[in-house]
Amino acid sequence: MEKYARRKLLDRVVRGACVLATVVALVPLGSVLYYVFVRGIGGIDLAFFTELPKPVGEEGGGMANAIVGTIKLVGLACLMGIPPGVLAGVYLAEFGNSRLGRIVRFSADVMSGVPSITVGLFVYALVVMTTKQFSAWAGGIALAILMLPTVTRSTEELLKLVPESLREAALGLGVPKWRATLRVMLRTAAPGIAVGIMLAVARVAGETAPLLFTAFNNRFWSSSLNEPTASLPVNIYTYAVSPYEDWHDQAWAAALVLLVMVLVLNISARLLVRHRVKAR
Amino acid sequence: MASDSNAHLPLVRSRSRVLTHLGADGNWGDFLFRRTTALFALAIVVLIAAMAIEMTRESEESIARFGLDFVFGRVWDPVRQVFGALPFIFGTVVSSLLALTIAVPISLGIAIYLSELAPGWARTVLGFLVELLAAVPSVVYGLWGIFVLAPWLRETVQPALGATLGFLPLFQGPALGFGMLAGGIVLAIMITPTISSVSREVLRAVPMPLREGALALGATRWEMVRTAVLPYSKSGLVGATILGLGRALGETMAITMVIGNRAEISASLFAPGYTMASVIANEFTEATEEIYLAALAQIGLLLFVITVLLNIVARLLVWRVGRLPQGGRL
Amino acid sequence: MTGRRTVLLLALLALACGRKSSSSTEPTKDAVVALNGAGATFPFPLYSKWMAEYNRLQPNVRINYQSIGSGGGIRQIVAQTVDFGASDAPMRPSEAEGAPGKITHVPTAIGSVVVTYNLEGSSAPLKLTPDALAAIFLGDAKKWNDPRITEHNPGVAFPDEDIAVVYRSDGSGTTAVFTEYLAAVSPAWKEKVGAGKSVKWPVGLGAKGNEGVAGQVKTTPGTIGYIELAYATQTKLPTAAIRNKAGNFVLPSPEAATAAAEGVEMPDTLHASLVDAEGEKAYPIASYTYLLVYEDMKNPEKAQTLARFLWWAIHDGQKYAKQLDYAPLPPKVVSRIEAKLKTLTVGGKPALGGV
Repeated sequence: MEKYARRKLLDRVVRGACVLATVVALVPLGSVLYYVFVRGIGGIDLAFFTELPKPVGEEGGGMANAIVGTIKLVGLACLMGIPPGVLAGVYLAEFGNSRLGRIVRFSADVMSGVPSITVGLFVYALVVMTTKQFSAWAGGIALAILMLPTVTRSTEELLKLVPESLREAALGLGVPKWRATLRVMLRTAAPGIAVGIMLAVARVAGETAPLLFTAFNNRFWSSSLNEPTASLPVNIYTYAVSPYEDWHDQAWAAALVLLVMVLVLNISARLLVRHRVKAR
Repeated sequence: MASDSNAHLPLVRSRSRVLTHLGADGNWGDFLFRRTTALFALAIVVLIAAMAIEMTRESEESIARFGLDFVFGRVWDPVRQVFGALPFIFGTVVSSLLALTIAVPISLGIAIYLSELAPGWARTVLGFLVELLAAVPSVVYGLWGIFVLAPWLRETVQPALGATLGFLPLFQGPALGFGMLAGGIVLAIMITPTISSVSREVLRAVPMPLREGALALGATRWEMVRTAVLPYSKSGLVGATILGLGRALGETMAITMVIGNRAEISASLFAPGYTMASVIANEFTEATEEIYLAALAQIGLLLFVITVLLNIVARLLVWRVGRLPQGGRL
Repeated sequence: MTGRRTVLLLALLALACGRKSSSSTEPTKDAVVALNGAGATFPFPLYSKWMAEYNRLQPNVRINYQSIGSGGGIRQIVAQTVDFGASDAPMRPSEAEGAPGKITHVPTAIGSVVVTYNLEGSSAPLKLTPDALAAIFLGDAKKWNDPRITEHNPGVAFPDEDIAVVYRSDGSGTTAVFTEYLAAVSPAWKEKVGAGKSVKWPVGLGAKGNEGVAGQVKTTPGTIGYIELAYATQTKLPTAAIRNKAGNFVLPSPEAATAAAEGVEMPDTLHASLVDAEGEKAYPIASYTYLLVYEDMKNPEKAQTLARFLWWAIHDGQKYAKQLDYAPLPPKVVSRIEAKLKTLTVGGKPALGGV
């Protein structure tokens, strides 16, 4: 074959291979979405959202406590993870060119790579063992620690993108530096930071491992945040490895609910990014 | 003194005497602001240090009793209180390497396709879909793994592999569905978005002149990629791979649900295995003796140290080529 | 934009808090007492029924029981992160060491560890001898058509396939009972593996909890595992008939478990082993299952509620045992437990108020 034709053929083949690679990667995604939908939709009824789990062997029941539990745990994580994360990010953006800044940035990067089960271990030792209680607080703390690095770096990156001219204008008007940062820079970066937070929340909502030894699980409502709390991911795990058919069905239904929650957050976050980019 | 120069500005409040203590900050507000944000920033450092210290403390008894033998010990026997982590290290390493073997070529293909070859609309849509792979929670992959992947492997793939390549020790043994192969595949699916998105960024950072130069010399698209883009971004791509490896090592739920939970070293991909993260997840709430707990904590410490080191190496490699996408977690 | 999002987040939080208090159905006159327990998966079907029933009788009492394995039950009660533990294997002295107080065992029912399997083409239950069992789990008998198995099962077409053993990957009382039995009937097993909640299995696949083993056996052909009887019944898994000490092949059932308990005297410690029991109709792998509570508790409300629940469990609760394939406690054991419950204290005073 003529040399040029051979090169062209190779080019085509490689292109084809790359397309194939993309398709192959998306097959599992399609499969997961398909099965979760098909097997989960049957279990979605009013009972699922309003009832408590029934004892083994009895039909019916639902995961109302797990759904609320997930919302509670994510809420706690946001409460404890977002303010420190944002403030730390502000520090890095404003004063981050110091030795401390480099150490903090490094620590945040390290922290984002720590396996979630290790965080669960840490919170168990620190919180559960000392309070002698599995609790929603412990679970929330574990999730907050997981959120922290993402929120911090996100805030830092976005603050840095805000044009200096905005800050200079504020300073020129005599506004003190701290006010300028908070009211002007942070506010401008806020939508982007919110997007980063949404992505962090989506990730944390699906976490199971750290909850295994912190929030534990509960077959009833938890009347306070100091009690073990049911959650969707832990329930999916528990029900999936059980031998009962109807628990399997409930696991698929729970996976559907969780997946919808997570995907909605994820997709809205990305659409907002596009919207902001277009608006600029 | 700073107060004099600011005296004519009504919005800036200043305290003349204390200002000397406040240094560069002109007023109380700035002073507090800087200190408060620094406090929270410091909290991150303290947290990481605390994690490392706490885990070392918890594993003390095990480190004292087993020393280096822990890392090379093949026996994990809670009854006789002999603990060796080698089966878990083996399981973690093999499943992660298998995952990389599958994921790296695919991720590279995706990255090249999306950054060099794809038309605009495909770039957005497909890129978005690949990112969605990362959005699915680990436990949902595990659920899918138990009820969809494992039966498929058991009924279709493993018998086929056994029949054709069964002479290799890699493909011997009963077809259970669950095992190293299932674990490797699930991990591969989960790390593909990480490797491909970082690789995309790395490839994008390659300067246009380099590309244009190759094209101007008459290279086909693939030749341009091969000669101009890839060599330039080599270290970044390696960094992306290492980031993916780090993610694979720390993965817990999905792999626990499909790997078979057997602390044994086997040459076959069909055999069940056990990873460091899985043994902690399975046995932590029930380790009744102190030494058992310490042994599990030591595994946690090992995992922590390895993932931290990998993370550092990866980021150094990627930073060299171009900036990382925003947000710490990829 | 930020404002709207904040409002949304606050609304969600408010909703969560609102749901928490408004959808609970208990009357507001009695304060809710929530007890947390964790442990054995062996009795979980029975306990989940008990906790639900008790909640129906006493709507303000919520007893949250999580089945995480006997090892977990022991560990968590010693660490005091739960109010009571549960285990099929009595606590070893080394395990009780870390506890700040004395822990007492309260037998609640008798269960049977059954050998279950997934074998196509067998409708009648398999008959297995102690030798065959030991050989299978040791890995000596590798295929289903091994003579040790086929010998006692004429008429069953065994395939020339590998046996896939499934065991408990977590610290399990069920494992403790099963390995205790194997150690009692097979010197080779005793030497090579031993007995305990978590042993080094020579062959097989690990699954978590009774639930996990049952799930694994149910979905994978050619597997064999050991689980509690209730799990086999509920998942419609077959159970093997094991040859007992008297030489009879006995199927597991509440009656056979009761027969095993009949010959065994209950000591003061309130825990006793029932494996390889004497008796013509005794099932050889039966076991008591225990709830673990501190003899002296701290919280008066919780102590009283727990003591009352235990009293209910050993009396009224027993009627649920049989329908879930557990054997009820023999009457002489019940009176021993009654005496023990009366000695439970909270801060020095008896926990069991007038029942």
